[in-house]
Amino acid sequence: MVIIIPEIIKESLNNLVKNGDRADDRSFDQYRDIVLETGVIDKAEGSARVKIGKTQIMVGTKSQLGEPFSDTPNVGVLMTNSELIPMAAPDFEPGPPDERSVELSRVTDRCMREAKVIDLEKLCIIEGKKVWMIFVDLHIIDYDGNLMDAAVLGSMAALMNTKIPEAKVVDDEVVIDEEKKIPLPIKEKALMCTFAKIGGELIVDPSLEEEQVMSSRISIGMRTDGSICSMQKGGMQPLTKDEIIKAVARSKVLTKKLMEHLPQNKQ
Amino acid sequence: MITILTNKILNKSSTPSKRADGRASDDLRPFKIEAGVLERADGSAYLELGGNKVMVAVYGPRELHIRRLMQPDRAVLRCRYNMAPFSVDDRKRPGPDRRSIEISKITSEAIMPAVFLERFPRSTIDVFIEVLEAEGGTRCAGITAASVALADAGVPMRDLVVACAAGKSDGEVVLDLSEAEDKDGEADVPVAIMPRTGEITLLQSDGHLTSEEFEKALNMAIDGCMKLSKAQKEAIIKRYGD
Repeated sequence: MVIIIPEIIKESLNNLVKNGDRADDRSFDQYRDIVLETGVIDKAEGSARVKIGKTQIMVGTKSQLGEPFSDTPNVGVLMTNSELIPMAAPDFEPGPPDERSVELSRVTDRCMREAKVIDLEKLCIIEGKKVWMIFVDLHIIDYDGNLMDAAVLGSMAALMNTKIPEAKVVDDEVVIDEEKKIPLPIKEKALMCTFAKIGGELIVDPSLEEEQVMSSRISIGMRTDGSICSMQKGGMQPLTKDEIIKAVARSKVLTKKLMEHLPQNKQ
Repeated sequence: MITILTNKILNKSSTPSKRADGRASDDLRPFKIEAGVLERADGSAYLELGGNKVMVAVYGPRELHIRRLMQPDRAVLRCRYNMAPFSVDDRKRPGPDRRSIEISKITSEAIMPAVFLERFPRSTIDVFIEVLEAEGGTRCAGITAASVALADAGVPMRDLVVACAAGKSDGEVVLDLSEAEDKDGEADVPVAIMPRTGEITLLQSDGHLTSEEFEKALNMAIDGCMKLSKAQKEAIIKRYGD
């Protein structure tokens, strides 16, 4: 399905930004309202429902025993998957994940992985044979722009909410104690900030309308200490070096504020 | 907007019985229905029934792009029943499997009789049912929520189809089987009706029942449907007023 954005909307959004304004009266560094709940799905090992404005994502985590990859025999596996289900928007089609969905899950995955959010070595049970595999599933149920920030925020919260059964090795056999649940070894937190370029300016947390008219997009994943763990540029137009460096500086402040939405104390 | 309850709050009943969760044989699990919970969809509904959490979105009537599905004299009603990977104990691999394809088919057949499809030739009405958490009886939950979402989308209908299952567990005919009762149970009979006329639009049966037991289960399911039907209407009234 092709979405046609009238030129007049494009022009008015561009003009608004040029005058230092946005369609919903936000400042350039202002997120929409964020609501984050954790532990919403009992069947999942960990879960979160995140809303940024009207964008809504359910995130659930599942654990499974599996074999480690042969090049990393002593670390557990973290896998992120997303479904842009047709419920979320009129142009999302059922079927195998399309490029948008693959990008979303890979960017989320990279942000978590490179930030070393989980101490994956602690998820190894028998080196080279048995490790925990943690699946993070992103279920996008309402799409109103800026899926990436919502996905990373939701994944982070869901991982912090996750409890997996304790696994022990007895006589070379893995014994799982379903009664005893332990939290994941979280050792870092990372979140993502996305800017859209409209009217020559970078504005944070683009709404759907803003995403449709933006010339390009930059998402910056950042750890608590302000170091960068991942980045993804999108959109058809280029960005200058200067713009990117300024975006990084702004995302430092913004990520810090976003972190406040995470449940502070690990359960 | 919706607040998500946890099962612990829901699973409280005072009447003692043989059932594991303490319900009487003709008790439904606690439920709630809400209409208009999503921004993008033309219509939407959220339903909790016991530990089930089901979200439904409706798009349409809208243009149908697949020509071979097009009907010259009416709209097609397409349902897609899908389970979230984290909705069940062992992670479900994303994408349709044989079970969800069958449920999608019978769901659209259950709802179709109630919709004035002939008013929208060559178009489609798409119903997306997402099971966020499953605890037995999701197909019925999906149908009940789908009707509310269709009404929320303003799709003209003869009636609000409502569904509920009855079955046999531990030798007793009971209403609205929970996951545990369904797994160890002897039979499961999901039923959907159009409550104004009482006509049945979905009937499946799985398991062993005598004809007397079947009749009892069917009657019980219809009574359950009537209770849910009230809640469906209340959800729409709550959203739109009288």
